[in-house]
Amino acid sequence: MAADIAAPRPSDGAWRRRLRPIVGFLSVLVILLITWEAVKAIGGERWQVDSLLGTGIAIDWQPPFQFAFATDVKLPHTWVIALEFGAADANGMTTLQRLIGAALFTLRNAAIGFTLGSLLGLGLAILLVHVRLLERSLVPIIVASQTIPIIAIAPLIVIGLKADWFGVAIVATYLTFFPVTIAALRGLRAYDPRALELMRSYAASRGAILRKLRLPASRPYLFTGFRIAAPAAVVGAIVGELPSLIQDGLARQIITGMQYYSLNAAFLWAAIVMSAVLGIGVYVLVVGVESWILRHERRVDAMGA
Amino acid sequence: MGDVATRTVVEIQGVSKIFAASGQGARPVEALVGIDLSVAAGEFISLIGPSGCGKSTLLRIVGDLTAPTSGTVKVNGKPAPQARRDRDYGMVFQAPILFDWRSVQGNVELPLEINGTAKAERARRAAELLALVELSDFAHHYPWQLSGGMQQRAAIARALVLDPAILLMDEPFGALDEMTRERMNMELLKIWDRTQTTVLFVTHSIAEAVFLSTRVVVMSARPGRIAAVVDIDLPRVRTVETRETEAYFHFVTVVREALRGDEGGQQPGSTDARRVAAEGLSG
Repeated sequence: MAADIAAPRPSDGAWRRRLRPIVGFLSVLVILLITWEAVKAIGGERWQVDSLLGTGIAIDWQPPFQFAFATDVKLPHTWVIALEFGAADANGMTTLQRLIGAALFTLRNAAIGFTLGSLLGLGLAILLVHVRLLERSLVPIIVASQTIPIIAIAPLIVIGLKADWFGVAIVATYLTFFPVTIAALRGLRAYDPRALELMRSYAASRGAILRKLRLPASRPYLFTGFRIAAPAAVVGAIVGELPSLIQDGLARQIITGMQYYSLNAAFLWAAIVMSAVLGIGVYVLVVGVESWILRHERRVDAMGA
Repeated sequence: MGDVATRTVVEIQGVSKIFAASGQGARPVEALVGIDLSVAAGEFISLIGPSGCGKSTLLRIVGDLTAPTSGTVKVNGKPAPQARRDRDYGMVFQAPILFDWRSVQGNVELPLEINGTAKAERARRAAELLALVELSDFAHHYPWQLSGGMQQRAAIARALVLDPAILLMDEPFGALDEMTRERMNMELLKIWDRTQTTVLFVTHSIAEAVFLSTRVVVMSARPGRIAAVVDIDLPRVRTVETRETEAYFHFVTVVREALRGDEGGQQPGSTDARRVAAEGLSG
């Protein structure tokens, strides 16, 4: 490789590369839906339709087996769940609108928790990296903190603090800071040791070394931490809402869905789908930000395209 | 240029370096013993010797990246640590060690940022250095887009950006193929001619040492001593043709024989003649 010309910029095939994960995801989704219906076709309830989609074709299918978990109440047909999104309630609002509103509310608390948790995690890691003694004593305690079931702590925080939505954000912070701390601890040490020598040869201060070497070099690791922390923040926000009296978030919708399950099972499933979409959505958002921030660095990760 | 020629930039006296024993059953390693060397301003000094002779260690001692066990080092009249704090030298390592997240220009600006230079001045100075190493067209490229030779040119630009009194180079072209290396040698001489920096250059290659230097310091195997110092009496301006002259081959032979330990060099050793190590040290 003695050629003195710069390597070609990777713009060719970029569209194809970006499309691949989306196509892959849709394929998996389709397979999941087919599996769902296949299970119902094998062991669900009798499926009777007089006119399929208005075409006049009648369907009367009796599955050969009877699975207890695959009844129409426990496992509604996928199209029933899909249609539920369009069902309007007494005030004229569709389920979709209701769930989106709830999701945005939960998202806000999750975002606050994620931000606080990330700042806390990064700050903690910077401290621990510079004070070795603290690292050895604090890390086990931090790890132990995460093994306490969050379901037990959430009521303490949310109800005990009486802080309402802020208490929810605290729970999200609690679940966020750990992956970020661990990822940052590794990332802040991931620089090339020769680069540190280079900085020393310029008599760079510790602050300059942190800002110009350690932090930039830690970004790929930090983003790995963020990828884990973002969905965790969403989980934290939902779990935080559960014991509270908050009406506006996804937790309330899930509880409602549980209460009225026998009447309208599809609603709970719709709420679950919305929660999943929210979790996937924040993950994809983090990946997108990562691709943009690390756009100049050599492509290593396929999902990051 | 009278004053410049006589000013001593680096003064090494009685430097020794012993590395403490590490690992099981190992003995302390005597890397350097009794090094005395004076480098005048504008000189190009090569350090050459077999593996383990301590030439890189000596370079790092001059750069205050490691401390000598005994002896003194003065750079620009100051102790080495002070010279480092004053940012009196620039260093080029065998690997370019450019920061992946910075553009080529960003990398060259790094020492200026550490030094607290204002933004506009940084950009101007970086552009100047990039023009010197002929990388102006790649200022906004990123390191991974450049070939090995180009990355080293960027590293050299970075090392020179603070206009240091001395340039320390540790086998900077060791990872390159021979043709690229010879080309880089020419470019380095051009740069040296323009900046008049004093250079301390560590290399494994006799050809490179003779081609580049005004003086070649030949070191012995561990414990590292100066076996011989060869004045390279070639014209100051050297070209591709220089490599084919008789004088060049003569000096290559002198250096090679000094490396082999024969006493037939042009200049006798400036320190003790090399003694065969009576005691075998580990490694």
